[in-house]
Amino acid sequence: MTDKILFDLRDVSKSFVKGKERITVFDGLDMSIKEGDFLAIMGPSGSGKTTLLNLLGGVDQPTGGEVWFDDNRVDTLSESQLAQWRANNIGFIFQFYNLMPMLNAARNVELPLLLTNLSKKQRKQSVATALELVDLSDRANHMTSEMSGGQQQRVAIARAIVSDPKLLLCDEPTGDLDRATADEILEMLQLLNREFGKTIVMVTHDPAAAKFAQRTLHLDKGEFVEKELTA
Amino acid sequence: MSDLFLIYKNLTRKPLRFFLTLFSIFIAFTIYGTLAAFETAFNAGVELSADDRLVSVNKINFTQPLPISYVRKVETIEGIDSVVHMNWFGGYYQDPKAQVLTFAVDEKKLVEVYGDDLIIEPQHHEAWQKNRQGILVGRAVARQYGWKLGDRIPLNSNIFSKDDGSTAWEFDIEGIYTGSDPQVDTNSVYIHYQYFNETQSFGGDFIGWMGIKTKDPALNEQVIKEIDDMFTNSQYETETVPEKVFNKGFLEQLGNISLMITSVVFAAFFIILVIVGFSMVLSVRERTAEIGVMKTLGFRSDRIFRMVLGESIMLTFAGGLLGLAMATLFLDFLNHVPQFPVPDIILKPSIILQALGVMALLGFITGIIPAVSALRLNIITALSRR
Repeated sequence: MTDKILFDLRDVSKSFVKGKERITVFDGLDMSIKEGDFLAIMGPSGSGKTTLLNLLGGVDQPTGGEVWFDDNRVDTLSESQLAQWRANNIGFIFQFYNLMPMLNAARNVELPLLLTNLSKKQRKQSVATALELVDLSDRANHMTSEMSGGQQQRVAIARAIVSDPKLLLCDEPTGDLDRATADEILEMLQLLNREFGKTIVMVTHDPAAAKFAQRTLHLDKGEFVEKELTA
Repeated sequence: MSDLFLIYKNLTRKPLRFFLTLFSIFIAFTIYGTLAAFETAFNAGVELSADDRLVSVNKINFTQPLPISYVRKVETIEGIDSVVHMNWFGGYYQDPKAQVLTFAVDEKKLVEVYGDDLIIEPQHHEAWQKNRQGILVGRAVARQYGWKLGDRIPLNSNIFSKDDGSTAWEFDIEGIYTGSDPQVDTNSVYIHYQYFNETQSFGGDFIGWMGIKTKDPALNEQVIKEIDDMFTNSQYETETVPEKVFNKGFLEQLGNISLMITSVVFAAFFIILVIVGFSMVLSVRERTAEIGVMKTLGFRSDRIFRMVLGESIMLTFAGGLLGLAMATLFLDFLNHVPQFPVPDIILKPSIILQALGVMALLGFITGIIPAVSALRLNIITALSRR
């Protein structure tokens, strides 16, 4: 981890209206994430973990405050600018993998590269490298429906890293896996953090998963209640 | 991999649904292509009518005769290039059901008036003119009955008889004509009026109608007036009209074919619209989470909009082009059916262009609702709908 701040949330608030009721998730949240960090965010259901992840990923906008990424303010970007920003900077890993069932593993991994100007040959090389990193080179042409949960999540990781983003956002990445497979996935994330310098923010319910992170933040009712270094 | 590939993969992800939807579009465009070609064939007589040709018939109706003396009188009118008189023979070949459109004509004038439409080898034309029992046969009829040049054939009339009571005339095939346009009707045959007139037992020296070629279409109005004025208050008053008007009127006696065809096609397309539209809405709804994921990865909403719309357009074009191909094969088959009553039915480029327009429109209409839904889809909502 370097001293450079990659993500900076300043006095962020987020609320939404449900029926006649206004629900406040965050009210004046401050948070900094340094480049090369591997951060686990834990907390009970409804604590705001996923909302925080959505704000970090630019798929949701704060009601107030500022969100800075790499010294650029992102909460003021338009929808299309945010889409471009996500494509350039963020890799997403979901609990249920969210792969395209009609595409094979290689084409699933190639998907984010359609948003770049890379040639077909360059895309092919990048896909091969990403699949090699997750140890799935031999399954490139397999349909993802023919793969185990762990393999599908590895394809999802390959998809998340193929365009070489600075930040990986993981939403319960091991929530659908058995312990052994979950550990494999977490070791892979650890490797990406340590060897390739990827900044990782992982939302999890699982304390065992959080142990793979460098530090863990506990969120409760929209506030960080405890900070603990785990590395 | 490209957007086009993604569109294709999304389209074919459920093979059975894809096949059934494609099949329904295929059927609709097969119907469309076939009926549109029929309509064009029916209207070909009107479309191909020459602007400088007129038809003069008995004012009571066109089944009533005119005296042959009218021809010489009409020929003297200024602005007329040539006049050919014609009689309906009411011919059939061997079986009364095997009708042959037979016209007894002035063999010297037929090509002067209708030469722009009929293509005849000069030596055959000459041979036909020289032989009073000669018959000029259209390519479609010759093909239908397997007639060849030099054949002697009997034709019966269901109207006229000869002095000996027989209804059969014998003719020598001296020429086979083709049309200058594929849709020129070649289902007719032409015999010598003089031979017919001299051998029939009643109604001599009368003609059915006159085909008139003017020197310039601009003279039509004046010529029409002079012809009809010439015979006003006579026993056989005439009604002269441009050929296009005559053919259209004749066609309308069969009923409003265009309206019938349009109604069938409209009904077919309305059903297809509902089927394809529903299928597309369902298909995109099932993929809500995937669309959310694509947006999360950085695919812009307008790109996803284009991909969804492209899906329905690709579907209608695939089904539509297959349907047109089938219609072409079907029409080709019909054109080779012996005794098929309609002249060459073809899918003209104008029908194909029109069909392409309908495919694009159908694709747009069926795809626009799911495409707009995909455009507006909020990522968080989409991801929560797993």
